[in-house]
Amino acid sequence: MEEYQKENISRDNFEQCIKCTVCTVYCPVLAVNPDYPGPKQAGPDGERYRLKNPAFYDMALKYCLNCKRCEVACPSNVKIGDIIQRARLTYDKKPVKLRDRILAETDVMGSLVTPFAPIANFALGLKPVKAVMDATIGVDKHRTFPKYTGKKFVSWFRKDAPDQSAYPEKVAYFHGCYVNYNYPQLGKDFVTIMNAIGYGVELLEKEKCCGVAKIANRLVDRARHDAKINLDSIRHAVLDKKMPLLGTSSTCMFTMRDEYPHLLGLDNADVRPDMMLATVFIYRLVEEGKIKLAFRPDFKMRVAYHTACHMAKLGWNVYSTGLLKMIPGLDFVMLESQCCGIAGTYGFKKENYPTSQAIGNDLFKQIESLNLDVVATDCETCKWQIEMSTSVPVMNPVSIIAQALDVEKTKQLNQH
Amino acid sequence: MGPNNSNKAAKAYDVIIIGAGATGAGTARDCSMRGLKTLLVERLDFTAGATGRNHGLLHSGARYAVTDGESATECIKENMILRRIARHCVEETGGLFVTLPEDDLEYQKLFVDSCRAAGIQADVIDPKEAIAIEPAVNHKIIGAVKVPDGAVDPFRLTTANVIDAQRHGADVLTYHEMVDFLRDGKTVTGVKLRDARTGEEKTFESRLVINAGGIWGHAIAAKAGITINMFPAKGALLIFGHRVNNIVINRCRKPADADILVPGDTISLIGTTSSRVPYDSVDNMEVTQEEVDVLLREGIKIAPSLAYTRILRAYAGVRPLIASDNDPSGRSISRGIVCLDHAKRDGVEGFITISGGKLMTYRLMAEWATDMACKKLGVDAKCRTAELPLPGSEPEAPKNTAKHHIIELSTEQLALEGRHGTLAEEIPHDINDDALVCECENVSVGEIKYAIDKLHVNNLVNLRRRTRLGMGTCQGSICACRASAIMARAFGQAAAISDLESFVNERWKGMMPVAWGQTLVEANFSAWIYEGVCGLGNNSTDKIISDK
Repeated sequence: MEEYQKENISRDNFEQCIKCTVCTVYCPVLAVNPDYPGPKQAGPDGERYRLKNPAFYDMALKYCLNCKRCEVACPSNVKIGDIIQRARLTYDKKPVKLRDRILAETDVMGSLVTPFAPIANFALGLKPVKAVMDATIGVDKHRTFPKYTGKKFVSWFRKDAPDQSAYPEKVAYFHGCYVNYNYPQLGKDFVTIMNAIGYGVELLEKEKCCGVAKIANRLVDRARHDAKINLDSIRHAVLDKKMPLLGTSSTCMFTMRDEYPHLLGLDNADVRPDMMLATVFIYRLVEEGKIKLAFRPDFKMRVAYHTACHMAKLGWNVYSTGLLKMIPGLDFVMLESQCCGIAGTYGFKKENYPTSQAIGNDLFKQIESLNLDVVATDCETCKWQIEMSTSVPVMNPVSIIAQALDVEKTKQLNQH
Repeated sequence: MGPNNSNKAAKAYDVIIIGAGATGAGTARDCSMRGLKTLLVERLDFTAGATGRNHGLLHSGARYAVTDGESATECIKENMILRRIARHCVEETGGLFVTLPEDDLEYQKLFVDSCRAAGIQADVIDPKEAIAIEPAVNHKIIGAVKVPDGAVDPFRLTTANVIDAQRHGADVLTYHEMVDFLRDGKTVTGVKLRDARTGEEKTFESRLVINAGGIWGHAIAAKAGITINMFPAKGALLIFGHRVNNIVINRCRKPADADILVPGDTISLIGTTSSRVPYDSVDNMEVTQEEVDVLLREGIKIAPSLAYTRILRAYAGVRPLIASDNDPSGRSISRGIVCLDHAKRDGVEGFITISGGKLMTYRLMAEWATDMACKKLGVDAKCRTAELPLPGSEPEAPKNTAKHHIIELSTEQLALEGRHGTLAEEIPHDINDDALVCECENVSVGEIKYAIDKLHVNNLVNLRRRTRLGMGTCQGSICACRASAIMARAFGQAAAISDLESFVNERWKGMMPVAWGQTLVEANFSAWIYEGVCGLGNNSTDKIISDK
């Protein structure tokens, strides 16, 4: 027996499942939608049947949010979320709906719409337009679309950003679709902070959408195509130019670090350790005493931090909250770690809207009860959901830090 | 019929059949279909012997083609019949006979010629094609032959035969052990049975008794003063946690240990070994470490992933071979059917033994035994068991297609239909009945109720055989206590608790020989649930019972 059966090896560790059922307790969907079989049944249990015959594939797997909270809960390291997503990509042979294609192509839509941003924003906010989209393609009429910007972040960065060439140390920035097409201010805030602590910013040679929405909507070939372009650019930045790759969206970073190898089959082990959120990078520099941050004495803000699901999976919320807690004028509250319900494009779909809002309900109540100025979160889709469902504005920790930062004093502290 | 065999057995029968394995159940079906008043008696549960402890292989006969052409011919004929009459018990996976680099490729030619002589389609294919259709096979194979092997579920098959026998008027008694024959001089006139649960003894008269006791047929015959020289050949198997292969993989060589890997329902099975065991050990088969080692060492050669795939459990059965020479392994003994008229052979009238054979030929064995019974009873009736489908395998009524397109079937619904075929319609559905009890194998509350009401379920082991409850990855950790709660409603709390304890121990018995890796973790988890949380063991059961 020496040479065999030393360990049980299976794809996504599906054989490690001892059926303890803890994942089921942590699934946000199962708690509100009885049509969903739950992570254990949809994942390792269902996999045994699908291995027997793909006809056992259960269409109810489409209700999975891909939040990965099941994987965080699993004591046996089973990649439950990956098993479910892989099953959807492998066995769901139905054609992808037009609506899902539109929602998934975040970068194509962004490029098309930004030139007409004022009209598009106006139109997408109109009740009749929402009603038509609801009735025709199944985008729920309750949803508020994120506003498109008239000037893309990339255009600002190339023409109007402060000169980045003088900095001896540099970082590469993955801005993502949201910063580029919807909210360039977050990218500007990032550049402000990095410059203040003595780092120049470069963009990737080529940046495509991270692909999270394409994977969720089964457009896996398109996602892989974009992912390869991203990985080439990231390798050039990380391996050739020795820059870490920083982002301000937890979901983009999660997708590129974990979904690329797990679901798209693209090995990124050579660059994965150097891909991280800006808050992780900055926090570590502060911890190691390499940089110092100075904050404005007049800054006052009551902030509650919401742990996006993918932040929980990455285990990075300690960095974002750690940085926020360094701000003297910031009154910090930690929210219960629970899913807000939107899960990217999931919550935009008419059929998911009730589930989506039911999942987030407790979170919304908690937020309303705390008398907050701002909710902080590292995920843009959580921001949309919380802003639509509560009265509290939502900011990325990077933007809060940029507001609180005494930029000139910080620059002086970090001059070498 | 109720859960306690409450069907009122008559006092006199044309034929009493002892043993409800596949052969006994098949014989009861055949006899009752030919109009004989039939009683089927079983000392334990259906399929409790060799029927429930084999490979579940729908042999094409190819395995026997070189060494036993007669068995091979019987196999392929029955194979084709079972595909028709037992659709819901059979999976048409196809089979491969592969030649490894260490095997003689010359054997392939002899093998193919022998298959064809026996009427078995055997197509030599390129090893690359074999790897393409079954990626689990060792990629170093140098030869491959395609044959019409498949998988058959012996539990479902036997149950379907019992159901059909009952539909044709047969009575069935499980947990009734035959303690003696009723005799009139040298003529058998009936049997004396003991109810295993009450200890009560009852007598039943019959014009004929058929011994279908498998390896236990030796002891049954001995009660009539007759010696049948059985050769108890033990065969051990390992169950892997999920499907490793989807096509049966055999090794193309003279039959030897661990050269067949069968995909059975949600799992894969490697087997078997073959060793002669003492007759007095046949009630308590345990798999040894040496057998596990052999099964793994040889199994890995045909499917390398077995080296790291989780093993759920090990088990062993005893082949009821009739010894004819001094072969120490039992491999060269014919798997052929032996049907004995003890009037001719031993001068005992009214007594037939049907033995030998194998699961694949159960129907043919039943036909032979029933032919002999009819002849002795002067009944002229034709066997129709090869033509008429078993309950569950009837042609499907045309589905309401409009409805079918809208409603997407869940994994549970598909699993249930797979297990019960057209009988799945009898399973109750509502929001409670659809709740899953066994999540690994998708067994619902409704399916358990149906099994208790209709399928002679007295305990959790019976329930496992009828539904697959507890056969999955967790081996009952999660489902046994849930199922026990449903059993308690039918049989009372005290009985259900002591049954739960013996079921958990029965699961552990099979896990113990392979208790390493995740199977060991699983066993610990199970012990934690049942000893720690439920408080089983530690005399807790006694307390609960005495409290009542």
